[in-house]
Amino acid sequence: MAEAATATRGHAEGETRRDFIYLAAGGMGVVGAAAVAWPFISFMNPSADVLALSTTEVDLKPVQEGMAITVTWRGKPVFVRKRTKAEIDAAAATPLSALPDPQPDSARAKKPEWLILVGVCTHLGCVPLGQKTADPKGEFGGWFCPCHGSHYDTSGRIRKGPAPKNLEVPAYAFLDDTTIRIG
Amino acid sequence: MRRLISAVALLLAFGTAAEAAEAVKPPKQHWSFSGIFGTFDRASLQRGFQVYKEGCAACHAVTQLSYRDLKGIGYQEDDIKAIAAQAKVMDGPNDAGEMFERVGRPSDKFVRPFPNENAARAGNNGAFPPDLSMIAKARVGGPDYVYGVLVGYVPPPAGVTVADGMHFNTYFPGQQIAMPAPLNVDGVPYQDGTKATVEQQAKDVTTFLTWASEPTLEARKQMGIKVLIFLIVFTGILYAAKRKVWASVH
Amino acid sequence: MAAPAFKNGLVRWIDHRLPVFSFLHHELHEYPTPKNLSYWWNFGSLAGIVLVIMIATGIFLAMHYTPHTLYAFDSVERIMRDVNYGWLIRYIHMNGASFFFIVVYIHIFRGMYYGSYKAPRELLWILGVVILLLMMATAFMGYVLPWGQMSFWGATVITNLFSAIPVVGDWIVTWLWGGFSVDNPTLNRFFSLHYLLPFLIVAVVMLHMVALHRFGSGNPLGIDVKGPQDSIPFHPYYTAKDSFGLGVFLILFAGVVFFAPNLFGEPDNYIPANPMVTPPHIVPEWYFLPYYAILRAIPNKLLGVIAMFASILVLFILPWLDTARVRSAKFRPTYRKFFWVLVIDCFVLGYVGANPPEGWFVITGQIATAYYFFHFLILLPVLGLIERPLPLPQSISAPVLKPAEGKA
Repeated sequence: MAEAATATRGHAEGETRRDFIYLAAGGMGVVGAAAVAWPFISFMNPSADVLALSTTEVDLKPVQEGMAITVTWRGKPVFVRKRTKAEIDAAAATPLSALPDPQPDSARAKKPEWLILVGVCTHLGCVPLGQKTADPKGEFGGWFCPCHGSHYDTSGRIRKGPAPKNLEVPAYAFLDDTTIRIG
Repeated sequence: MRRLISAVALLLAFGTAAEAAEAVKPPKQHWSFSGIFGTFDRASLQRGFQVYKEGCAACHAVTQLSYRDLKGIGYQEDDIKAIAAQAKVMDGPNDAGEMFERVGRPSDKFVRPFPNENAARAGNNGAFPPDLSMIAKARVGGPDYVYGVLVGYVPPPAGVTVADGMHFNTYFPGQQIAMPAPLNVDGVPYQDGTKATVEQQAKDVTTFLTWASEPTLEARKQMGIKVLIFLIVFTGILYAAKRKVWASVH
Repeated sequence: MAAPAFKNGLVRWIDHRLPVFSFLHHELHEYPTPKNLSYWWNFGSLAGIVLVIMIATGIFLAMHYTPHTLYAFDSVERIMRDVNYGWLIRYIHMNGASFFFIVVYIHIFRGMYYGSYKAPRELLWILGVVILLLMMATAFMGYVLPWGQMSFWGATVITNLFSAIPVVGDWIVTWLWGGFSVDNPTLNRFFSLHYLLPFLIVAVVMLHMVALHRFGSGNPLGIDVKGPQDSIPFHPYYTAKDSFGLGVFLILFAGVVFFAPNLFGEPDNYIPANPMVTPPHIVPEWYFLPYYAILRAIPNKLLGVIAMFASILVLFILPWLDTARVRSAKFRPTYRKFFWVLVIDCFVLGYVGANPPEGWFVITGQIATAYYFFHFLILLPVLGLIERPLPLPQSISAPVLKPAEGKA
């Protein structure tokens, strides 16, 4: 009896140690595989040279009132528009209740005459029309996205159509009166 | 077929020419970055950069480096901006369709001293000063060779005639090099009080160029130690597991 | 074979419709494997794992690589410097090629020592030789992609081999290049094929596995499995053993990747390709050196090229060149000695291939080349007929059981 009991206990102990080793091996295998996955994921993220190019300086001198220019920032178009008094007033006068994505015009422009926007429709990423004089500007005098018919106002806010949000205002700073740095 | 024959002939000619004046193998130096725990000596890197900037850069490009990379040798963002701003970068075309010069930015590649190889040859009696951004990896002997060439200028031994415009160098293949001895005692005013001997400058600039060849060397070695520790423990456990699995097989 | 009863309901549901779990169970768990396989049998599965590592790192590298003569070199350097962990993935891929050949060469020599190519495994062996050829083509084209000096001149010299073909040689070389020298069209097609061929290798590896599982692994004794007492399931026994072997392999691999990543490389390949200047010493990658020595051993261009290709093609007919009835060199004392002579011969060829064809290297290369073909074409057929093999054990279990019987 006693002998049998010892044998059983010895067997059970062996079993536990064996399980521990299998668990440790499996656990380390999982940890190792996860650690290997990270460099591959990170590899696809923006590289150092791409990140280094993430600011663009724009000279505003050539832009006349009522005109707009398009510059490239991070591979995307950025709309720089010098608004007329009428456009600024129209944007400021719009009640927030009329906006799907309510935001006052004052929060979207550091200097009222300069409107800086990422020119990418917040619906599915097309570039809205309205930069050139001959372009359709939509029902609200701002921009009109030809892909799915979103209308933006003179503050770049969504007014009508499928886009859920206003055109994004990128981070920018005035370096002096006529130069801005985007990014 | 003729092409291959001439290629082989060229190869043989090169081989024998190199043999005729076999360069001396440069002696091994002690480097801060060698060994599995090796890291770059930051002070030496910065001195080496100074030697490159004030000496080598007049003829030799380092096209693979950007100014922003200098962060890796211990410079701060503002220092890097100031260094980049000393360079004139060709950019454009502007709205008028013309190329223009602007002040360098950290994201720019190091400006090369000559716009292309032909211009470099024209400015150096027909010799082409090689790009130095990979030099420590692109030569047999690596850093020891680079250091060797920099300190290897001696008067030619009796009986050796050095061709016009060439200089005798113990460690350069063929022992005749177009570049005149590039380093002079106190040729570079070190800020940190290190004596600017030729050997010290050679050591510093070689350290800098080795870093330029592989800025990720430190990250590689540090990760390597962790990976090896993990793998050794893991393999030990796998061995134990294998023993357990096989215990019942006779 | 009845389908195993799986405990998990979802597994059962899937397996009823798509019997992948039955397949795995059959191939891993029920698949009877000789119980006496030594560590030399690790290298097959190891090669498969290295292939997966190469494909994974290669696919990722291709995301940042630019196959254009003006950008290729810089794009590789950008991977090394600016891309997150780019240096790691590139060094794994670059050294992985060398380790792939180390593993596969050991696997091949294991097959030669233990007569693994003999009936009924001739097609298994031939598929293996096909894999080797595909690997060589893939490795060669991959080496061209960084567009360094060795890339360019390696591509020039190797493609020029085809100009040795009478009449159409020059036409073929122009066709391979897509121009009148190795240039952008060549680089582009090499990139395309370098990406394609590994998947062909995967396909042939699968056929290799199908052929393997037909009769199962050979074993160090070279005798057939006689019954259940001779075999054990592949899982967990050989999965555990292969995992441990993989661990040892990864330690060595990581040691090179992290601490000597340019050990197998040539410094010249860090100089951008220059079609106007050939480097003074051009040598192929180490795994091609023996073939390179055979190429140079014969002073006639066409015959040299033929000899080089023949040195690999001869492996296709190896199962019929070896006339011995006994598989394992364990029981062939004379063959065993000549096997090691062949191994040394291959190392000598590699050493000669790495050195300039001058002085005593020329004659050494010629003798080593002659011996290489002598081994396969004359020695093996004759030796099989005249050699007296040692007595074979009754079964795989027999040599182990004997002492136990003695005790009883």
